[in-house]
This record gives sequence, structure tokens and C-alpha cells, in this order.
Amino acid sequence: MDDRPLTADRKSPSTVRRPSSGYLKAILAIAWKDLASELRSRELLSAMLVFALLVILIFNFALELDVATRGAVTSGVLWVTFAFAGTLGLNRSMAIEKDRGCLDGLLLAPVDRSAIYFGKFLSNLAFMFIVEAIVLPVYSVLYNVNLFNPGLLLVILLGSVGYVAVGTLLSSMAVQTRTRDVLLPILLFPVAVPVLVAAVKASSGFLQGLAFAEIAPYVNQLIVYDVIFIAVAFMVFDYVVEE
Amino acid sequence: MKPQPLVLKILNIVSALLLAGAFAMAMWYAPVEKVMGAVQKVFYFHVAVAWVGMLGFLAAAVAGIIYLRTRDLKWDIVEVAAVEISLVFFLIAIALGSIWARPAWGTYWTWEPRLTTAAILEMIYIALLLLRQSLEEPEKRARFSAVYTLVGSISVPITFLSIRFSRTIHPVVIGPGGSADTGMMPEMLATMFVSLAVFSVIFVTLFWHRIRLGQMAEKVEQARLKAMQ
Repeated sequence: MDDRPLTADRKSPSTVRRPSSGYLKAILAIAWKDLASELRSRELLSAMLVFALLVILIFNFALELDVATRGAVTSGVLWVTFAFAGTLGLNRSMAIEKDRGCLDGLLLAPVDRSAIYFGKFLSNLAFMFIVEAIVLPVYSVLYNVNLFNPGLLLVILLGSVGYVAVGTLLSSMAVQTRTRDVLLPILLFPVAVPVLVAAVKASSGFLQGLAFAEIAPYVNQLIVYDVIFIAVAFMVFDYVVEE
Repeated sequence: MKPQPLVLKILNIVSALLLAGAFAMAMWYAPVEKVMGAVQKVFYFHVAVAWVGMLGFLAAAVAGIIYLRTRDLKWDIVEVAAVEISLVFFLIAIALGSIWARPAWGTYWTWEPRLTTAAILEMIYIALLLLRQSLEEPEKRARFSAVYTLVGSISVPITFLSIRFSRTIHPVVIGPGGSADTGMMPEMLATMFVSLAVFSVIFVTLFWHRIRLGQMAEKVEQARLKAMQ
């Protein structure tokens, strides 16, 4: 793909006009395609899930998760698990597109390229939510903590949105490089630090039952991060996939 | 490759002289701080190299945006030059800070907002260099690194804010809560601003050299591609 001749319109891809009708439909179609193929193969979700459970298992031995430490580190353990499992999923979902030439097909489709981004974003987010929906009850049962706190669920929603927003953008960059799978976590983790810090702080605030006024700065920060990074990814995705 | 232009040759000498001057000023002109003693002198250079690191960081972000707008590969050379200088100078700032922090705070390192942000900034730059290394096509390499610099430069201020909610022990020198209660003597302030200016000149000199190096590397790469055909 790299040796294609330069086309005249590559100078500023944002000015290339594409029909914008059915934008939402295109997004949903891409997301649906991913979910449908995942429903049939189940290779991505099962890998993410098993990996997430193994991470929790390892934390159990690494941190000696007894009752005393559990309260303090639960939110940290959860977010590290989500972040690791998320990277695995993000990598795989983009690698599938690249390996089977599916990405080129998507790029040829007469839709705005940001629709591809949002489609992949939605399906990656769905995978992340499914993993979280299974990990949370398992963790609750294994460690006897009640994680069904509406505040915590809100934080997990906001945090996952931010993480997947940057992750989808960076994974579409990472798959086009020589080192691909190795590169994504290296690119993603330093950029995603603010979302992880805010998510961990807000989660542990909700788990410890702090007043909302104390947690609010972190929740606000998650919202700000989500908005900014979805906007940035929307603006620069064109530059990442152009061939 | 053209030889170094006269201005650059002059800048080389001026930078070296200025560095020596700033060193002399910090050592002998600025008074010894009463509480911390001689180790406080590290501060003049710590602030100055951190300042240069910030300059490079800004230059890289701006060059990245200009590259995406113009698609002129010379802006990619500017960007990577700024990134490399920033990477080195932030590392020096962290090392100097640690030397000062050991007697002042009793530890070389603490997870304090500015320190953590500086560490993450370093990680972003290292990640950027790794990204560049695993891309061979110059155009794609320039495009991806511009995008990554952009994403990183937006993330870093948020990182700083996210950690700042916890109390900071890093001294605030300039800005609200600054000079009035840090109790710096006028000689100390003068030394600090002189060393900021000196390191800005050094930044320009190094930046120029690094851009020239980038241009030479590009020529070598083109010659190699020509030879392979």
C-alpha cells in the first residue's frame, strides 16, 4: 500500500468532499460489521476476557489482596485490568482490518473517513463494555466487594470512552508500522495517563463513599478529556489513514 | 552540504561564552542561599534547561501542525530536531532537579505533579522516536509523528492538571504565589533571568545545528535510494 503513486488531493484531505448523507448509517454499519463478525468468531472477546481474568489473578498474588488492602487498591486493579485488556482488543480489531485488506475496502467506501473512525470507536467501546460487564461481577464475587455503585459505573463509562477514543486513533497508526503490536501500548499509555489517573481517583472516591463534591473534579476531567480527544481524533483521523 | 553560515559560527562561540558567563554568575555573583546552602545554585540551571525543554516541546507541536497543513518535509525535520533537544534538556532538568531535591526534600524523586508530568513528557517523546523508527517511508513517518506530537501536546497539560489536585511541594518561582514569598534576593533573580536568556540562545544554536543535521540525513537517504535504484 505504501508504494502507491501520490494523488493530487493528498495535500489537504479535509477539503475532499464526500457525500455526507447516511453518515450515521455508515458509522452503525461499520460497528455492526465488527460486532457481527465477532459474534461468529468470538476470538477477540474471548482473548480479552481470559486476559482480563488472568491479570486479576496475578494481582491477587502480587498485591496479596486481603481485606485491608482491597479497599485501597480495588480501583487501581480494575483500571489496570481494563487498560491491558483494552490494548489487546484495540490492537486485534485494527490488525484484522489491516491483514485482510479490509481497511482499504473501507477507505474506498464513499463515506467520510471519520465515519470509519467512529464506527471502529463504537465497536471497540462495545467490546470494552462487554469485558467490563463480565469482569465487574467476577471481581465482586471473588473479593466480596460490592461494585454495583451507579457512580462507579458512570466513571467506568466515561473512562472507557476516553481510553477507546485515543486508543482507536493510535491503534490505526500502530498497525501501519513495522513493530505494530508492540508499539500500541507504548504510544497509548503515556497519552492516556490523564484518563487513567482521573478514572482511578474517581472510582476509588465512589468506592469509599466520599461526598460528590470531592469526586467532581475528577469526573469533570474525564468529561473534558473525552470531549477533547474525540474532537482531536475526529480532526486528525484523515491524516492517519490516507494512502 | 554548505559549510556553516557565518551567523551560526558566531552563535557557536557566543553560546559557549554565555554558558561560561552564566556558570560564573551562578557560582560567584549569586549569594549562597541561607537555608539550603550551595546546592541551591543548581536551581539556576535547572529552571533554564526546563525552560528550553518547554520551548522545544512548543516548537515541535507547532512544526507538527504546520507539517500537516503544508506537507513540506522540512517541517518534519524541524519537528524531530525540537523533539530531540527537548528530550535531552528535560532529562538534564530532571537530573539537576534530583540533585537539588535530595538535600531539600530528602528524596531524589517524588510523584509530584511537575515531576510526573516531566516523566510522562519524556515517555511521549521516547514513544515518538520509537514510532519514527518503525516507519520507513519519510512521508508517512512525518505524518504519523505530527499527529502523535499533536495528541501528546494536548494530553500533557491535562496530565499536569490531573495530578495537581493533590498538594504540590514543587516551588513556584514565577507567577502567582511566586517571587514575593520565595524570598529571592535581587542578585538571585538577576542570575535566574540571565541563565534563562543564555539557555534560550543555546537552544537556538543547537536547534539550528540539529536542523542542519536533519537536512544532511535527508540528503544521505535520497542518495542511498538513488543508488539502490
